[in-house]
Amino acid sequence: MHCPMLIELGHFALILAFGVAIVQMIVPLVGAHRGNAGWMAVAEPAATVQFLLTGFAFAVLTWGFVTSDFSLQLVYLNSHTDKPMIYKITGVWGNHEGSMLLWVLILTLFGALAAWFGDGLPARLRARVLAVQAAIAVAFFAFVIFTSNPFLRLEVPPLNGRDLNPLLQDPGLAFHPPFLYLGYVGLSMSFSFAVAALIEGRVDAAWGRWVRPWTLAAWMFLTVGIALGSWWAYYELGWGGFWFWDPVENASFMPWLIAAALLHSAIVVEKREALKSWTILLAILAFGFSLLGAFIVRSGVLTSVHAFANDPERGMLILIILAIFLGGALTLFAVRAGAMESKGVFSTVSRESALILNNILLAVSSFVVFIGTIWPLVAELLFDRTLSVGPPFFDAAFTPFMVALAIVLPLGSILAWKRGTLGRAAKPLLGWLILAVALAGLAYAIQSGNSALGPIGVALGVWVVGGAVADLWMRSGREGLADRLRRMRRLPRADWGKATAHIGMGVTIFGIAAMLAWQKEDIRVAEVGDRWDVGQFSFQLDNVRQERGPNYLTTLAEISIWRGTREVTTLEPEKRFYQVANMPTTEAAIANGILRDLYVVIGDPQEGGGWAVRVYVKPFANWIWGGAILMALGGCLSLSDRRLRVGAAAAKKPTAKAVPAQ
Amino acid sequence: MRWLLLTLCLLAAPLWAVEPGEMLDDPVLEERARSISQGLRCPVCQNESIDESNAALAKELRIVLRERLVAGDTDAEAINFMVARYGEFVLLQPNTRGANLILWFAAPALFLIALGIGWTAIRRRPVADEGLSDAEKAELEKILRS
Repeated sequence: MHCPMLIELGHFALILAFGVAIVQMIVPLVGAHRGNAGWMAVAEPAATVQFLLTGFAFAVLTWGFVTSDFSLQLVYLNSHTDKPMIYKITGVWGNHEGSMLLWVLILTLFGALAAWFGDGLPARLRARVLAVQAAIAVAFFAFVIFTSNPFLRLEVPPLNGRDLNPLLQDPGLAFHPPFLYLGYVGLSMSFSFAVAALIEGRVDAAWGRWVRPWTLAAWMFLTVGIALGSWWAYYELGWGGFWFWDPVENASFMPWLIAAALLHSAIVVEKREALKSWTILLAILAFGFSLLGAFIVRSGVLTSVHAFANDPERGMLILIILAIFLGGALTLFAVRAGAMESKGVFSTVSRESALILNNILLAVSSFVVFIGTIWPLVAELLFDRTLSVGPPFFDAAFTPFMVALAIVLPLGSILAWKRGTLGRAAKPLLGWLILAVALAGLAYAIQSGNSALGPIGVALGVWVVGGAVADLWMRSGREGLADRLRRMRRLPRADWGKATAHIGMGVTIFGIAAMLAWQKEDIRVAEVGDRWDVGQFSFQLDNVRQERGPNYLTTLAEISIWRGTREVTTLEPEKRFYQVANMPTTEAAIANGILRDLYVVIGDPQEGGGWAVRVYVKPFANWIWGGAILMALGGCLSLSDRRLRVGAAAAKKPTAKAVPAQ
Repeated sequence: MRWLLLTLCLLAAPLWAVEPGEMLDDPVLEERARSISQGLRCPVCQNESIDESNAALAKELRIVLRERLVAGDTDAEAINFMVARYGEFVLLQPNTRGANLILWFAAPALFLIALGIGWTAIRRRPVADEGLSDAEKAELEKILRS
């Protein structure tokens, strides 16, 4: 059901949204400056209208993909009638133009959310926040409409499309970009709040409480997005790597690290009214890194395996947007930051100091990623050296800061606010410290080889997880077990969120170290019927056959896996060939387990007969992403905390009693 | 016929990193070759090591590297051989010569500076004063007396 008119309506809605954004950028800002309530009130309906118009444009583009309307150039280039429906839909953002439209859709969604749920904010601050948010939207609407318009038409619609890159026809990668964008763009809210506060010249505890949920939500989405991408790389690229320190991965990791720092420093602003100007700076930098990420992904100045719409001209425009917003915000910061007077005082040993250390470690590790990512560019431009910065550099330069962070985390999170004593904080942790060291020793004794990586991972994992448990336990009073459990249940959700996220971090650290240290690999030529051992498992190639999928041909192997005489499972790795895109892919088969993954890949038929087969035993692989999910879940719990909900509800119904935490 | 075509396509597009045929029989030597090739960038690919890459050149380099090791090169000699051929571009771990010192030491330096700034900022702050100020004491006195 092609409807040419509909497509043009979508195009028009996008242009209209651009106009609304311009109005929303100017009118409320002037209104806030002059104290004109009517002008300020423009922001709210404008944000809603902007979102609805962009949503309509996005829906129309999706419709174009669903109905395979090849009069749209974008659909022709990225879709095909044979493609499964789900990938027709996800194909909307599987390309540069569509993904930019998704980007602005999310940008306007956040603006609208701030308008809908911003009742508790002072009118002036809200008007300014929405105006800054609209300013960002204006820049990106202009970028989409003038350089990356998804609604360009073809005069003579072709009969069929060119298909989406087969690598993107995968559930993991299909949902990876929306989460990442929710994260990237979510940080625009923190940015808008920071700039609005700078214009206002005032930051107080309430500001900290308002900015935190947005940062928390953005960070959660980034966590899930990064985890999905890493999981996808793990099962799709065919050799079980999960992180490559590729520029595009780094582009998402830098804002994640800064957002993590921002979450923690915003707590200090909220609870103690200290670290104000630093928090503002972090909020600006976090979104700055998001924009830098967009630049890296879309400009192609840094070569990446994720090559995606490489276009230096578009990259240049994003760089200009980055320069305007980052430069403008930092200038404003330089002028106004002096006015942010800290109220809370604290001694050298205190939770505040520990959180400063946390911020230093996170910010510096983000800087490591930053300098490593752009160094090839700098070296070429300034020193005329063509060089590469790869995983060995990042492993060596980044890891120490994360190890340090994991070591101080449990102590810092138990220290008292204002003035603490190390001895008192260390006491409940002593048992966990002993356990961590003992288990690391045990791991060292059991493992083959002398690698320190595994045992260190065990020690840090136990220490961080134990620290989080000890923190909760300590807050449960001194009565009997039943009473302590009851009290623990009643702790605020934010406390549970903190513990869950920290446990997640410990689990991920352990998972990464354990998998890297203890994985086993086997590469060989196997004939049908061959059987061989890897670690405690035997693998047997039972059969190789060929089949036809919806838009690909596949070579499919059956490999049974045995432990002694017991059959564990049978895996069917595939090697697919997508005819339209003329591209082969490997589909590894993985038996997921809590303690280990069995990972099997089938390769080419060999000249002398038999097939190339790769087999991995990867211990604790799923703990890496399990930990990431726990981190995101912790963010979720914290987000549902009473004090963050009360703010919004209280303005409507001052007498309403908040629901007690479950 | 279709399957023949498929097989030809598959053969024409090898998708593999290290292939069984390339591997050395000596496990110690093979282990060394793997770990060296993980640190060498494939010159024609997008940011991949020759160990991971499926490109024809990467395969060739893997074989050349193994030949050097079999011929008795040390790890450093084998790596230098590659650098002499393709430039420092192939090193995934950049060396510490010249400007690269900035790359390696900027972050640790920044960390120390940040620690220093943080430390002095915290120390210079007035330490939390739990007591009452003189004005407050006077106020309290007044209230108590009345």
